[in-house]
Amino acid sequence: MAMDLSIATLLTQDGITNGAIYALLALALVLVFAVTRVIFVPAGEFVTYGTLTLAALQLGKPPGTVGLLSGLALVAGILELCSALRQREWRRLPKRLAFYVGAPLLIAGAVQLMAPLSLAFPVQIALTVGIVTALGPLLYRVAYQPLAEASVLVLLIVSVAVHFAMLGLGLWFFGAEGSRTPAFTNASLRLGDMTISGQSALVVFFSLVLIGVLYLFFDRTLYGKALRATALNRVGARLVGVSPTLAGSTTFTLAALLGAVSGVLIGPITTIYYDSGFLISLKGFVGAIIGGLASYPAAAAGSLLVGLLESFSSFWASAFKEVIVFTLIIPVLLWRSLTAHHHEEEE
Amino acid sequence: MGYETTPMNALLEVQDLHVAYGNVEALHGVSLRVNEGSIVTVIGPNGAGKTTLLAAIMGLLPVRGEISYAGASVARSSVEQRVATGLCLVPERRELFAAMSVADNLLLGAFQRYRAGDKSIARTRDEIYQRFPRLGERRTQLAGTLSGGERQMLALGRALMGKPRLLMLDEPSLGLAPLIVKEIFSIIATLKASGVSILLIEQNARAALKVSDSGYVLETGEVAIAGASAELGENPRVAATYLGQSVVAGPKGSPGLVRQ
Repeated sequence: MAMDLSIATLLTQDGITNGAIYALLALALVLVFAVTRVIFVPAGEFVTYGTLTLAALQLGKPPGTVGLLSGLALVAGILELCSALRQREWRRLPKRLAFYVGAPLLIAGAVQLMAPLSLAFPVQIALTVGIVTALGPLLYRVAYQPLAEASVLVLLIVSVAVHFAMLGLGLWFFGAEGSRTPAFTNASLRLGDMTISGQSALVVFFSLVLIGVLYLFFDRTLYGKALRATALNRVGARLVGVSPTLAGSTTFTLAALLGAVSGVLIGPITTIYYDSGFLISLKGFVGAIIGGLASYPAAAAGSLLVGLLESFSSFWASAFKEVIVFTLIIPVLLWRSLTAHHHEEEE
Repeated sequence: MGYETTPMNALLEVQDLHVAYGNVEALHGVSLRVNEGSIVTVIGPNGAGKTTLLAAIMGLLPVRGEISYAGASVARSSVEQRVATGLCLVPERRELFAAMSVADNLLLGAFQRYRAGDKSIARTRDEIYQRFPRLGERRTQLAGTLSGGERQMLALGRALMGKPRLLMLDEPSLGLAPLIVKEIFSIIATLKASGVSILLIEQNARAALKVSDSGYVLETGEVAIAGASAELGENPRVAATYLGQSVVAGPKGSPGLVRQ
């Protein structure tokens, strides 16, 4: 089949839509790495949990994430009790228990009770984003916070372990069959020969809105600035009273939010299985690597490039589409390694 | 030590402090006291453990021993909790947020106050711009583009945004032009007048002793000499080792020389 304008438009549109979702994941990866030095391997699981939670709610079933959230909340509660016992410091315990146990159990309970009611689609989306986002700070508390001072390599190994644990739990909670959620809209816009689907436009729109909100958070609020400060200079941030725990917890909340929204956005585009997340997040990772795991605009641009490359290579050489996308990383790494010297000098 | 007999309140009292990096002990039982409203200086050669001492008091390093601040033990509190009670450190490396503006660096200095719901942060900021007009002129500039002196001003200003009760300064004059050093010391004097207690580490022993009330000489992780600053200045050993030569150029190879 030869390429013509309508096919090119379609592929570009596909590429941009997927690229927008990869961009959200790339931002999550850059954010988590910059603030906590954790390579966020389980980013993809947050995507699948997002899609599959929404799919479960569509069927009126309480999603498995309810159990995971409750379990993590209890473990986090026990960890908080132990650390209070060890430090003999009880003053802060009630507030921490409210944050790590009370709030998550409240969300889990609400989702459990509301699931069988036939809720409106936007309410289901809100519940999905709520429950998956709530997993973020708990995951940080349970898996990463005890090792916050460890080396990047140790944190990476923890991340791989978390990834496999969440993968297994995903299979247990949601089963092996894939799910697809209904489209947000079936409307489409015709411009001469080109057709722009409303679904794609909405995905891009929501991604842009979320990126804009994050930009305002980092640029305008003191908490956002505190996260940037932690990424720039960890010692300096501690000296002004930004605790690594607060920074890590906030960062993981944002990353989980990005993952959950990506999951909701990608649900109508492709069928998502419990193990689809890794490949999706890997593409976000390629985008993030193009940005050197440091620059947000470069990561977003890189993700867009990944999306376009993927959609065009699926047209010309569909058997090789993953190969082509991941091969992209080689010249990028080569170029980065040649310019890396310059980066070290900046420090 | 028995030199200080005035019945003043101790704001900071460090007793028998040990700090180790792995198996290597850097501080061997250091005791030190900073009275409310006073300036205390710690002098000593490079590697004596001065920076380690401040990092330990700040909570950045695990310690053995007792640190009491404002009448309560803080040995178990986190850095953030200590910052919230007005214990602030201006580290030797400044540790500014280079890719952020001067204004944002200052604002972050008040992070703990903001969390506590303090409404007077903007007023403190205006006071700091008055005290350091250069920072006011450069408020939108990135911290990484400032000159050495301006960076030190910003580091000081950022610490002052936290409304410190005890300000710890690690080598505030290091690497700065003489004129700026003079300015820094005059700022230290005015800070004391506004009620801030100061624990000062300085290579410039002469200037430090002049501005401070009492002092300690730290050598190889132990307090070698302690006393009122005037007495220390007259102590023959201190005079020979730390004041005898001009601070800038001393004969090479002299033992315990501050800086060549």
